[in-house]
Amino acid sequence: MTDVDLTTNVAGVTLPNPVMTASGCAASGRELDQFFDVAELGAFVTKSIMLQPRSGRPTPRMAETPSGMLNSIGLQGPGIEAFLANDLPWLVARGARAVVSIAGSTVGEYVELARRVGACDGVAAVEVNISCPNVENRGLVFACDPAQAATVTAEVRREVPADVPVLAKLSPDVTDIVAVAESVMSAGATGLSMINTLLGMAIDPDTLRPVLGGVTGGLSGPGIRPVAVRCVWQVHAAMPEVPIIGVGGIRTGADALEFLLAGASAVQVGTVTFHDPSAPMRVVSELADELARRGYGKPAEVVGLAHQRSGDAS
Amino acid sequence: MRTPMTATYPIAARTEAGPVQARGEVVSNTPVGDYFHLTLAAPGIATRTRPGQFVALAVGGSPSAMLLRRAFSVYRADVDADTVGIVLAVHGKGTAWLAALRSGDRVDVVGPLGRPFELPERPTDCVLVAGGYGSAPMFGLAGRLRERGCAVHLVLGAATESRLFGVAEAERVADSVTVTTDDGTTGVRGLVTDPLPDLVGRTRARQVYACGPMAMLRAVSAVAEAYDARSQCAVEEAMACGVGVCMTCVLPVVGDDGVTRMVRSCVEGPVFAGDRVRWDAVGTIPEGTWGRGT
Repeated sequence: MTDVDLTTNVAGVTLPNPVMTASGCAASGRELDQFFDVAELGAFVTKSIMLQPRSGRPTPRMAETPSGMLNSIGLQGPGIEAFLANDLPWLVARGARAVVSIAGSTVGEYVELARRVGACDGVAAVEVNISCPNVENRGLVFACDPAQAATVTAEVRREVPADVPVLAKLSPDVTDIVAVAESVMSAGATGLSMINTLLGMAIDPDTLRPVLGGVTGGLSGPGIRPVAVRCVWQVHAAMPEVPIIGVGGIRTGADALEFLLAGASAVQVGTVTFHDPSAPMRVVSELADELARRGYGKPAEVVGLAHQRSGDAS
Repeated sequence: MRTPMTATYPIAARTEAGPVQARGEVVSNTPVGDYFHLTLAAPGIATRTRPGQFVALAVGGSPSAMLLRRAFSVYRADVDADTVGIVLAVHGKGTAWLAALRSGDRVDVVGPLGRPFELPERPTDCVLVAGGYGSAPMFGLAGRLRERGCAVHLVLGAATESRLFGVAEAERVADSVTVTTDDGTTGVRGLVTDPLPDLVGRTRARQVYACGPMAMLRAVSAVAEAYDARSQCAVEEAMACGVGVCMTCVLPVVGDDGVTRMVRSCVEGPVFAGDRVRWDAVGTIPEGTWGRGT
């Protein structure tokens, strides 16, 4: 077996390995630190933080689906002030590389969040959750409109120090994800996280009513992995130089490898953490094994490899 | 019961008191009325468990298409045998899978999770109320309370006789036992909360403990309040992870500062002071909740 060095450079940041948590699937960090050392992850992605404290949506907030789940949490969170006072300093003190996810309901909220997060030490990157309704534009989701997505990205980029990468997290619920990707990259994004959840819903055959308190919710888990791999594939094919962080249904090291082969430089482990709280670090060691077994010494050697036609020299 | 000979091993245990993730092995799985009493060899969990805490089980084997963990109150934590027992009812595919487990089968288990029941500082009469298999944590609790010199009055209720759990054992662990069924198949006909006012009044109990459905907990909490007793209620809220990361198991609870917040029943609960839960507003975000906005 080959010796594998998992050290990864993504969007200009060097990480000990290419595996991160996914936003909204790892709370503040303390919860999972009971099961593994969060500082050993490539990076820790926080749940999306908003300007104000937020209660989220009523219960029921989740429904199990085949190899996945629907959630309508509604971005429950403490707000930026409490986050910067409690959660971020804890992650930094623990030695974790913190990727701070921000979410707003107006462009102005993203700007304010980016300014405050950008002023903090120890932020490895800012991930912009643009899958939020824009209350100033008929509630249309930023991520579903290339122009809106670009506006938010450009404004955030302006507020965040140049050496801190800005990652735009894309929604798969669009007709042409490449167009959105190109739009946010031209607006100054350093890289892309893809994908966010798919909009879905479930109806209870006993009550004859929607299961979720929020009626619709985000579909995640291994059931959406093929959609995520397809999105990464399409964007990497169009823009091979763009750093992509693959996310969507990763359960094993082999799943992580699939995303690298499609063109991602790093991955995030999300919903599967609910099933197995040790999953993010398990995926780190499984990915090393998968690479070693195939004779690869670094993750970078396989990034985008599936795009080469069979028979191409590697 | 046999002692498992092969490797059951802790996968992750980073702190002395915190939860352990273990590859559990089924020691026994016995039908009891409408329920199953499942005992797992799960190294390191029993010794950390206090009454009221729960374990979260992965279902469906590996890899499973059922991603969400199923949470169960610990019925018995046997420190010597290093086993934990739970009581389960078949509600869907996940619990049907658990009900079909045989001795030697493997189950990934995380626990103990959540906050346990608090014990009174001084000996007092305590009333323990359970609906259906909500009785599971009450036997361990009764033992702890009696060790402290408390008198234990146990009230077990269910829709019908087959949905009661642990009536015979109740006689051994409690100073008095009252049984109710909605249909009168055994015990007193009526709701589990019907005998409560008389019992709490008569014993002058200072502590009421309860586990069961929300409507029952709401009624128990109201009785306790009327008699100036403290109530501690273990909720049965649906959870996806059990460890505090999924944010699905929230309910409205009033904090020390008088502000209502949506709190996770897996980490802040499952045991709550009955007078702090906004029982009437469970399933909603009530007006004035922190972060609700306008």
